[in-house]
Amino acid sequence: MNRNIMKLGIVLVVLYVALFAKLNWIQVVDKESLDNNPINTAKVRRDFNRPRGSILTADGAVIAQSIANPDTDSEFKRMRVYPEGELFGQSTGYFSFRYGSSGIEKQYNDELSGSTFDQQVKSFGDLFVDRENVGNVSVSLRKDVQQTAQQQLGDREGSVVALDPRTGAVLGAWSWPSYDPNTVSSLDKAIAETSWKTLNAAPGVPMRPHFYQDRYFPGSTFKIVTAGVGLQTGKVTNTEPSYPFTNGYTAEGTDKPIMNFGGATCGGTLPEILRVSCNSSFAEMGAETIGPVDMVAGAGSFGFNSSVPFDMPEPAKSVFPTNVGNNQPKLAMSSIGQNDVQATPLQMAMVAGAVANGGVIMKPHVLSEVRNVQGEVISTYSPSKWLTPMSPFAASTLLDDMVGVVKSGTAAGMAIQGCQVGGKTGTAQLGTEPPRSHTWIIGFAGPPGKPPTVAVAVVVLNQSGGSESTGGRVAAPIAKAVLQTALAAQGGC
Amino acid sequence: MLMTVVIVCAAYVLASLGSESRIPANIIPFLVAVIALFMGAHFAVRKLAPGADPILLPTVTLLNGLGYVVIAGLNEKLAAAQATWTAIGIVAFVLTLWWVKRPRDLERYRYTFAVVGLGLLLLPLVPGLGYDAGSGSTIWVKFGPISFQPGEVAKVALAIFFAAYLADQRELIATSQWKIGPFRLPHPKYLGPVLIAWGVTLLVMFYQKDLGSSLLFFALFLVMIWVATQRTSFLVIGGGLFAAGALFAWRTLDHVKVRVDIWINPWKTPSGDGYQIIQGLFAMGFGGLTGTGLGRGGETRIPAAENDFIFAVIAEELGLFGGALIIMAYLLVIGSGLRIAASTDQVFDKLLATGFTLLLGLQAFIIVAGVLRLLPLTGVALPFVSYGGSSLVMNYVILALLLRISDQTSKRSMNRAASEVAA
Repeated sequence: MNRNIMKLGIVLVVLYVALFAKLNWIQVVDKESLDNNPINTAKVRRDFNRPRGSILTADGAVIAQSIANPDTDSEFKRMRVYPEGELFGQSTGYFSFRYGSSGIEKQYNDELSGSTFDQQVKSFGDLFVDRENVGNVSVSLRKDVQQTAQQQLGDREGSVVALDPRTGAVLGAWSWPSYDPNTVSSLDKAIAETSWKTLNAAPGVPMRPHFYQDRYFPGSTFKIVTAGVGLQTGKVTNTEPSYPFTNGYTAEGTDKPIMNFGGATCGGTLPEILRVSCNSSFAEMGAETIGPVDMVAGAGSFGFNSSVPFDMPEPAKSVFPTNVGNNQPKLAMSSIGQNDVQATPLQMAMVAGAVANGGVIMKPHVLSEVRNVQGEVISTYSPSKWLTPMSPFAASTLLDDMVGVVKSGTAAGMAIQGCQVGGKTGTAQLGTEPPRSHTWIIGFAGPPGKPPTVAVAVVVLNQSGGSESTGGRVAAPIAKAVLQTALAAQGGC
Repeated sequence: MLMTVVIVCAAYVLASLGSESRIPANIIPFLVAVIALFMGAHFAVRKLAPGADPILLPTVTLLNGLGYVVIAGLNEKLAAAQATWTAIGIVAFVLTLWWVKRPRDLERYRYTFAVVGLGLLLLPLVPGLGYDAGSGSTIWVKFGPISFQPGEVAKVALAIFFAAYLADQRELIATSQWKIGPFRLPHPKYLGPVLIAWGVTLLVMFYQKDLGSSLLFFALFLVMIWVATQRTSFLVIGGGLFAAGALFAWRTLDHVKVRVDIWINPWKTPSGDGYQIIQGLFAMGFGGLTGTGLGRGGETRIPAAENDFIFAVIAEELGLFGGALIIMAYLLVIGSGLRIAASTDQVFDKLLATGFTLLLGLQAFIIVAGVLRLLPLTGVALPFVSYGGSSLVMNYVILALLLRISDQTSKRSMNRAASEVAA
């Protein structure tokens, strides 16, 4: 009988070797194709079940956090929620098991999940302590600023960006249409899929953070760049040159003049032409006083045609045409923010910020600091310079000129009692029948006689009307309210 | 022995760290309980069966402990129940060792075991008693608050009966002749039991829809009769009968057809019938070589993860190394069991040890092969590892009887050696 027992043993061994071989096949050979199977959720599930820190605003609002999944039968132990919904949707982004992540969730994924090198090293000693190794990310965005922007913009399409020009910290960044990331991040596959499809098909692309990913004609707000370049190169001062009083400017090589709004006659020195936003004068300033080489280089020094070192995913480059060397009409148009000039609202806020901050553009950012669950600071954002388009002297000259635009010019609607406010309106015409335009305003505010502490850019898309006053009428109240809220948070003027 | 206890405790701590990133608060009671239980079993063996095989109990401790740790990572409630069942299993183990001094004592009650075994096997078919606990198989019986799987007990009872019956009859069966043309078959009188076993197997398959168990019973009987009589014709006839039954079942029974279909191609119904096996494959693939770490499997999506599919969870959390460890552990059990069978000179003991070893080894193979998609999936428990009271307790009884046989053999050989020295 022992022979049969031995045979039985051999058969069983052979069977088990077969098991081992198949196990190898599954776990080694077939691993990659199994892991990459579209219906395999193992990797995302791992991220979803891992603890993840919260995202908090500068004024203490929780805008993203992970909570225990109330459905205990679910394959997901945690779920990501966004208590403020659409208010911060484009900033936080989504964290979805089907569609990955976006926004701050994507940018600071390592910090939130506790997987940066620093966090790993620091948590090494915590092996035997009951704590989660995640990072809570504090951002410079403020809920009060955000809410003001939301209320002011209402259901009009557009963007509002407010930043601290001294540090580059973004205080508010609201765009409409926005979206609620709770739906896309839902653990319910059907809800996530439906909302993803709906949002992608929705007009205005609600999931795109317009304030730094969408570009628009900056219109007359770009005249600040032109003026800044003129001042910096020394080709323009507050007294020289004095541009002719005319109702239009005709560049060399074209018969078509660039007309002033409503065919009005204007001209004079920089403070005056800025105050009334004189097209003919700025067209001539860019095309003849400054010239193509300095104009292209100058726009570049303000951040145009450069990748923006913003700490959010995929910031859009603002554009100033570079093929203007032998094309004076194009250069003239571009100098007043038309033609091929395109800027993001963030870029235009930085232009105002450069004027406010003595000619220096700080790197724009939303991160303030990362703390661990005990509240200890793990890392802090340290502000740094990005560009220096102007000397302090050029900047302070332009600052005074912009304050003049608010005192008695097109941006009068921005004036705040007791504060020093400077600004510049813009109306980028889209068509004349009927007249429609993107209306802009950029500016800054702060205590009188001191460097301004808040810079702002507002764009409201597709407004009816095309006169320069449109920007002042539509955008100025929004900018004013946002500046007031941001200033109040800093302790007023 | 101490080594495996340490491994199990370390694994438990790691699993808790993995799933909750903290040392479990109940670590001290857990350590005490684990040490007390398994060391208790160990000393019971030293005391009651000092000559027994030294490998089996530590190996089983490892399987049981690892299973518990994985279950604890899946579901704390089930883990508490499993801990209780482990304790009951070890008590049953000690009692069996203490109660059964000589395996031959069991031989006398062969027909009692036969009746009890058959009765238990068919018990779930009694209306009002048997029920389906959600797995699609009617293998549960409920008496008031207590429910159990009688099939688990029946396996042990029937193995004892087969061993006793064959120990008696094997000479007769082996020498009987029935010539049909060129074939020399066993006499039809002795084919009777084969046919009865086949019939019972089919009954279990048809009415209880328990494919794994029916395969196990039939294989158990066939292999035991083959080992007892050394006539390969039994294997051939039996294999033919089983093939016929399986083919018929595949053609006529929907639940069998579904099992075969998802075995051939689970990807056709990834969220339907094929879901469980596909999720199991994903889990094992995700585990890779070294695994995701104990307690870090995303297992909740695999239905019956703590039971039929526990091997997939182990292979996910511990990777290929963990899966290989489980396979090695069963090979050790099989090796030890068959060595016990080979070394005893008592026919009944030999057959019983073979049967028991086959029960453990083949059952583990059937379920692991199912999970790995090497065979159609049939829901049986992974011995000592899966969650489940009836199975765990009866496997401990099997273990006790194997150790008892082993102890008897070494005692006899020592006595023989002593008498030779005296002579």
